[in-house]
Amino acid sequence: MGRKLLLEKAGIENIRQYDVYRQNGGYSAQEKAYKMAPADIIEEVKKSGLRGRGGAGFPTGLKWSFLAKPEGVPRYLVCNADESEPGTFKDRYLMEFLPHLFIEGLAISSYALGANTCYIYIRGEYAWIPDILEQAIAEARNAGFLGKNILGTGFDLEIYVQRGAGAYICGEETALLESLEGKRGNPRIKPPFPAVKGLWGCPTVVNNVETLAAVVPIINIGGEEYAKIGIGKSTGTKLISACGNINKPGVYEIDMTISVEEFLYSDEYCGGIPNGKRLKACIPGGSSVPIVPANLLLKTAKGEKRMMTYESLADGGFQTGTMMGSGGFIVLDEDQCVVRHTLTLARFYRHESCGQCSPCREGTGWMEKILQNIEYGKGKMSDIDLLWDIQSKIEGNTICPLGDAAAWPVAAAIRHFRDEFEWHVLNPEESQKRNFGLAHYADPLEVSVA
Amino acid sequence: MAEEKKLFKVTIDNITTEVEPGTTILMAARKIGGDIVPPTMCYYSKLQNTGGYCRTCLVKVTAGSTADPRPMPKLVASCRTAVMDGMVVENITNPAVLEARKGVVEFLLINHPLDCPVCDQAGECDLQDLSYEHGTEGTRSEFRRRTFERIDIGPYIQLHMTRCILCYRCVHTANQVAGSREHGVLDRGDHAQIATYIQQSLESPMIGNVIDVCPVGALTDRTFRFKNRVWFTKPMDAHRDCPHCKGSVRLWLRGDDVLRVTARKDQWGEVEDWICNECRFEKKKVSDWVIEGPTQLNRHSVINAGHYTNAAKPTEFLKEVMNGHAPRLLLDIHTVSGVNMVDLNDLPGPATGATFNGNPNAFGHNPTDVKEGVGRNMAGTDSTNPNTP
Ligand SMILES: Cc1cc2nc3c(=O)[nH]c(=O)nc-3n(C[C@H](O)[C@H](O)[C@H](O)COP(=O)(O)O)c2cc1C
Ligand code: SF4
Ligand code: SF4
Ligand code: FES
Repeated sequence: MGRKLLLEKAGIENIRQYDVYRQNGGYSAQEKAYKMAPADIIEEVKKSGLRGRGGAGFPTGLKWSFLAKPEGVPRYLVCNADESEPGTFKDRYLMEFLPHLFIEGLAISSYALGANTCYIYIRGEYAWIPDILEQAIAEARNAGFLGKNILGTGFDLEIYVQRGAGAYICGEETALLESLEGKRGNPRIKPPFPAVKGLWGCPTVVNNVETLAAVVPIINIGGEEYAKIGIGKSTGTKLISACGNINKPGVYEIDMTISVEEFLYSDEYCGGIPNGKRLKACIPGGSSVPIVPANLLLKTAKGEKRMMTYESLADGGFQTGTMMGSGGFIVLDEDQCVVRHTLTLARFYRHESCGQCSPCREGTGWMEKILQNIEYGKGKMSDIDLLWDIQSKIEGNTICPLGDAAAWPVAAAIRHFRDEFEWHVLNPEESQKRNFGLAHYADPLEVSVA
Repeated sequence: MAEEKKLFKVTIDNITTEVEPGTTILMAARKIGGDIVPPTMCYYSKLQNTGGYCRTCLVKVTAGSTADPRPMPKLVASCRTAVMDGMVVENITNPAVLEARKGVVEFLLINHPLDCPVCDQAGECDLQDLSYEHGTEGTRSEFRRRTFERIDIGPYIQLHMTRCILCYRCVHTANQVAGSREHGVLDRGDHAQIATYIQQSLESPMIGNVIDVCPVGALTDRTFRFKNRVWFTKPMDAHRDCPHCKGSVRLWLRGDDVLRVTARKDQWGEVEDWICNECRFEKKKVSDWVIEGPTQLNRHSVINAGHYTNAAKPTEFLKEVMNGHAPRLLLDIHTVSGVNMVDLNDLPGPATGATFNGNPNAFGHNPTDVKEGVGRNMAGTDSTNPNTP
């Protein structure tokens, strides 16, 4: 049984209410933190080795220490609750079921950063969650954990909830800031980074919901203790939202010491694949990370067990590895069509590209059209190479990582499942019926048993 | 003693120069000049916050600075990246840069119709130059381009989104020069478009400048559209006393007719001084202007064709061979055809045979006039040619 830090209290009845949360030890981390110097909190977070849970995995303590502190200029903490990555739904769970844990994390982080204003930028489609958060904010305020002169420290903090209008790109931190300022959600050109010039030109830290919530257990158990959980630079616990062809879809908290195999097959987590089907592939970190076929999912290129850690998932680079990303674990069984999935993703990125840079704006649409042709049996062999070439010309050549996020799934699908693309081209009629005999992708586990 | 300013040393394609801190790679390259200057489609030095979008100016930074000589991991947009002391940059000397640029050209042409023969911007289109110099011939895309209907936004400007490459220059111009935000970008991705939201007109007295900054034929001058091809016109620098702007402009003449007035552009194709709508659209008589002389254009420009500034005059030989007699039976085309009686400015459309054939006020069918629904074309090629469906 893995250690639970974030979802520890999730099973408690009515934990969403302030009184229940407080009775179960809630806000004690804030009380503890507000007795510390802000710099010591940042130090504690640094020691914990916490890496940003929004996708990029950048060390949080380090990011906080970059925050510029000019005299007389306000600083902001902005919580990225946009969570629009297909396959990722962990932040929603945290905010919905443990709003006070989240608010406590924001209060501690704002204090550490010296930010008197904190914004939660939440995805508009999470229509019911802002009400839950606003209620929690009001309760925390009444109890003296927010507002003026919190816990007699002289520190003031207001938290505002801002709803997005439903654009994936508004999850990119600079686009988010533009949107928060009331403008079109286009990513800004960096530098300057938000830590220097962020919201309204002031120093700003943007962090993911889970990252900020994790500050609570870090203060509770101490950074060193937190760092002991997990392997290497993958410290602490991580929320994984699992979906696709698995028996038990849901949000799981793992301490980063378990293997992918255990996560996928054990009853504590995904519970294996339904109907005795075999595993074909998996996208382990949300839709923007490379897909990996079964044989590379469970074992790294070196033949070692692949672990649920940042490093192990990335082992082998883009050739044989993938990424932890935002932790959306999407499983495909043997009946799934990779071409079709790739088309679905391409359509998503085409639709969500902000349209600022020409490679992303034009390339994503082009890829979608080619994939559509291949999927519907109208493709040519040369289309596969063309797709490869297009994605390579998008990757790395754009303002923000959405271009890469659109390119990687296509690249990985072709790299690992090229024969499936070819099969579509060679069998135009059958490909429309989507009836595959692709047993050779089945996972080594099942094959060895048989 | 005046404090000496520390200059940054930067090497671009093996040529080293010194620039002030804060200079971008692009501006450093422009300082050096020649082939090593990256092409730009969205950057505009006369406007703030432009650049970074089109990605045509990508370069490779092979050494960040003397202090930290590590290369930058990806290609960077030279128009938005500041130089560091000791930076080493590769532009045309790096095959990956050229390859990426080719890719950008291909991307830009995916939704830009290749209808230069019937585009009003032909001859002065940045995209045409870019694809000629940095692209490959032919596109690998087999899909229909997106198309829009032309709309007249106000009395002076026509927008044809079919040709727009979303460089955002006109949006910045409207915000910064015209003094009011009159249009912007609607929607996202490849469905994004320049729009006035609810079909409004652009009315600011400086809004005509959006025509000059548009690198392609998406925003055109309704008072000039298809009156002529630019390479048949002769550019002249001129000025007038204008209460709204500096009044120094470029006149585009055909004979003695002022067909078009634009701002003057520098060697990078960027406007030198913004001009007002009055100068641009209302002053179409030579007598409105003080002519300074022919514009010095790049020798290679198509607009230069046929315009010789220091050409040798042919000697008058007829009298000589006719023993001093003046030719009588030769035709004087001016008196016979009445060409000079027609002021092309007064014609609402391009002149046709009928115009010159006894009826100076007659004009042909104007295929660019969309108000009657003529020239509507949803086939992917914008064609102002009436023979195209
Ligand atoms: C296109 C795009 C969408 C993103 N969407 C989200 C998102 O929904 N939520 C999120 O936390 N981070 C998202 N990110 C990552 C953020 O830009 C940023 O890295 C993150 O919020 C930083 O927080 P962290 O350091 O806590 O991970 C997105 C990035 C990109 C490029
Ligand atoms: S990569 Fe795509 S989403 Fe990101 S700025 Fe460029 S066009 Fe917009
Ligand atoms: S209309 Fe012209 S200037 Fe405006 S964005 Fe399009 S291409 Fe650029
Ligand atoms: S000119 Fe630099 S990106 Fe467009």
